Amino acid sequence: MSEHLLEVRDLAVSFDTYAGEVQAVRGISFYLDKGETLSIVGESGCGKSVSIQTIMKLLPSPPSRIKSGSILYRGEELVTKTDKEMESYRGKEFSMVFQDSMTSLNPTMRVGRQLCEGIIKHQKVSREKAKEIAIDMLRQVGLPNPEKTYMRYPHSLSGGMQQRVMIAIAIACNPQILFADEPTTALDVTMQAQILDLMNGLKKRLGTAIILITHDLGVVAQMADRISVMYAGKIVESGTADEIFYNPRHPYTWGLLGSMPSVEQSSRAAKSELLSIPGTPPDLFAPPKGCAFAARCNYCMGACLKEDAPEFKADDGHMVRCWLMDERAPKVTPPVGKYAAVTGSAPAQIPAKEEG
Amino acid sequence: MKKQPATVSAAPQAATAITASDFQFIPREEKAADTVVRPSVSYWADVFRRIRQDKVAMISLGIIVIISLMAIFAPFFCPYDYATNNLSAINQPPSAEHWFGTDQLGRDLWARVWVGARVSLLIGLGGAIAPQIVGIFLGGISGYFGGWVDMFIMRVIDVGLCIPELVYVTLMMLLMGSGPMAIIATIAMVGWMGSARFIRGRILQFKNREFVLAAKAQGASPMRQIFRYILPNILGQQVVTITAAIPGAIFMEAYLSFIGLGIKSPMTSWGQLSQIGSSVFRTSPYQLWIPGALISVTILAFYLFGNSLRDALDPHLRD
Amino acid sequence: MGKYIFRRLVISIITIWLIATCSFFLLHMLPGNPFATDQILSQDMIDQLMDYYGLNEPLWKQYLTFMGNLLHGDFGTSYKYAGQSVNGIIAQKFPISAQLGLQAYLLSLPLGILFGIIAARKRGKAIDYGLVAFAVLGVSVPVFIVAALLQYVFAIKLQWFPVAQWKSFSYTILPTLTLAIGSIAGRTRTMRTLMLEVISEDYVKTAKAKGLSSAQIVWSHQIRNAIIPMIPNLGLEIVSILMGSFVVEQIFAIPGIGAYFVNSVTGLDYTMTLGLTVFFGVFVVGANFIIDLIYGLVDPRIRVVK
Repeated sequence: MSEHLLEVRDLAVSFDTYAGEVQAVRGISFYLDKGETLSIVGESGCGKSVSIQTIMKLLPSPPSRIKSGSILYRGEELVTKTDKEMESYRGKEFSMVFQDSMTSLNPTMRVGRQLCEGIIKHQKVSREKAKEIAIDMLRQVGLPNPEKTYMRYPHSLSGGMQQRVMIAIAIACNPQILFADEPTTALDVTMQAQILDLMNGLKKRLGTAIILITHDLGVVAQMADRISVMYAGKIVESGTADEIFYNPRHPYTWGLLGSMPSVEQSSRAAKSELLSIPGTPPDLFAPPKGCAFAARCNYCMGACLKEDAPEFKADDGHMVRCWLMDERAPKVTPPVGKYAAVTGSAPAQIPAKEEG
Repeated sequence: MKKQPATVSAAPQAATAITASDFQFIPREEKAADTVVRPSVSYWADVFRRIRQDKVAMISLGIIVIISLMAIFAPFFCPYDYATNNLSAINQPPSAEHWFGTDQLGRDLWARVWVGARVSLLIGLGGAIAPQIVGIFLGGISGYFGGWVDMFIMRVIDVGLCIPELVYVTLMMLLMGSGPMAIIATIAMVGWMGSARFIRGRILQFKNREFVLAAKAQGASPMRQIFRYILPNILGQQVVTITAAIPGAIFMEAYLSFIGLGIKSPMTSWGQLSQIGSSVFRTSPYQLWIPGALISVTILAFYLFGNSLRDALDPHLRD
Repeated sequence: MGKYIFRRLVISIITIWLIATCSFFLLHMLPGNPFATDQILSQDMIDQLMDYYGLNEPLWKQYLTFMGNLLHGDFGTSYKYAGQSVNGIIAQKFPISAQLGLQAYLLSLPLGILFGIIAARKRGKAIDYGLVAFAVLGVSVPVFIVAALLQYVFAIKLQWFPVAQWKSFSYTILPTLTLAIGSIAGRTRTMRTLMLEVISEDYVKTAKAKGLSSAQIVWSHQIRNAIIPMIPNLGLEIVSILMGSFVVEQIFAIPGIGAYFVNSVTGLDYTMTLGLTVFFGVFVVGANFIIDLIYGLVDPRIRVVK
């Protein structure tokens, strides 16, 4: 049953705020195997970050609260673990790279000390040994002059260098799973590519599994083995990278893919227009009764407003939460994907699947 | 290939409510009509709603209103004059005759306390507003016009803020003598710099926003742009700032009068009453407790109301 | 860092010069003279006194003399306390005020920080509400009421401490406590807010993600970053303790410098007012300068930004 490295089942997380309960995550399930990269894609506020921060139990509680579900790491239940028990998992088994490296590093502490803290804690080594390891880590993430960087304060580093330091902190204790929360969003494009290369390299060398959170499908195409698309606190479609890019089945996924510019697209005069998804995501204070995407969907049916769609299976492992998959529904030709005239990123960029 | 554990391959039973007729596309226009639109409430109506729901705020406001009404009307209905000595009835404790007793010159303390309340509240209000007026004016000019004017005002503030409060107090007292106006002027002298800096920051933030540029393009004068277009946007924060500054001003008056640099007899204020009260504290403690309690309660009420107001204006700041 | 120190130093010197100059001219612009209020003096004697103190000289000359003396640290002679120099009075009385202020400061600094940290850590619990209530009351009740209350309870009723005066350490306890309570309350509130802000910072999340224990996170990531924004306000605190000490000295009959200052202002004792104003000015500006240096040392960002 639990041969997966990490398995999340039916996880629901809410925030109790002054104005009421915000249902940030409303029952999501996914799994991760050793050495693979799962990408969770969605607009900001859809619950991606909340999901993974809940796995590491980083969210203060209150206001956050796990309503239901289970998180199994190597068959062990994490939901019931106390904060104290989680300490030996954080940094050692799981670690995280945050979006904004500027605010994610302590501004008043030297880079080296921030790196050493985790190493001393988990590897039980002396200060001197930790320093050696730390400098080696800084070298591994490609920082020039690691000895000097060790003594610097975060504000004196560029955004790209800060993010490398964050990655060094994250991989310092050789974690099994690296959570990357929009690791490249705050960086400029050339820096983005470098950081992604770095992460891919580390993954290959260390065999670390990665959960990558992003709204940038270009990033996903470079990194992901499997993809889960999240909308308003639920996973609406999940499958392998190939399935999502070439055979997307959920109208929201179509919208996401359609809003991504591509070389082929712009070369076609007739189809040079980028699609956009009209409207905004629903209010999670009071999620709609039916499908959360219905209000913005071009293929909205009566059923969608009445009740949220169940999970339909498009293929082995390809899950879609949409009434269009019901046999009674009218057949629709997707505007994107393999049936459509245009495709997303070049297929060559999608890494071959490693799982068996 | 591993199976996704949570994936259900067939539609669950819940789908029974869904019939074939539900599988018709709904045009966008029809759908829009279905969506529930939240009643739109104006910002200020929302603020008032939140304030009314806040018990602490309403009690504080009640106390403030009662004390203000007493300050305005109580002296009119009191048979004694606040400044008339009566040497046959000195240092009398509270009684039916003299509700708050009398002081060492036989003056009725009920009358003196409420006349003192007028002075203290006036200084509280004036002392909270005056620095804002100067600050809005100079900060507005500084932020809007920029250049050397801005440079000059900002350097003055840089140095001015380094000068200890006590020096301003001394100099203003010497220059203007004692009295409510002198105290308000002192507070304004100390306080305008902080508020000017703040206003300048906000003006810089707003002056290139589209709605201000649009007004400018239509020929609105700089003063009109500042007062009609920019200031309303920072009004909320200014209300909070002013409310928060009232206790400070009342404190300042009490402090100055207490050490003998503020209001002088026969005129009176809570601070001045406290000073006299503390000199006879061992024999007639009520002469200190009464004005002292009034100062404390008033300051507490303004302070708590200010906090609630801040929360109501910006719920994100709420703890 | 060197540039930062230099800049602060220049601003401090300009400030002190400005205080001295403004005070000097303002005082000399005032109508009346310090001797006019004394009824016993004949016009003749007043003229003699004016001559003696150099008050008949042109203003610019008086200013130069004043500034010249000031550079040598000489504040001049009091008009009212015949024969006493301002320096003499400061040397005699200021140590008492300084002891009072310092004791209060040293008491309130750690206590306020500690209370703030406790309140923030135990947010929403009974102890938090208790400390917040204390903080709100502490900043709402004027210092003279606190003084009277403490005096009444601990000196008159319980007789644990002397009621007034300044003779041995036990005499200093109540005045110190009185003076400290307001500062403790204010600092508790500030520290609590700052701690709550820091708790939700991203780098605290990073620290947590590293697997550090909550004690480690609080100690090496939260407290330090929460205290830093408080440092610039430590100077303001010195001023408020200084001003508060005038009240406390009056109530507890402490022979500090406060009474001299107030009397000099009400009695138009120009040299005394001027001397004390400049003295306090130098004291506070100096303290602020030192605090700015500490700030620069503690927060690495400051050295670059400023």
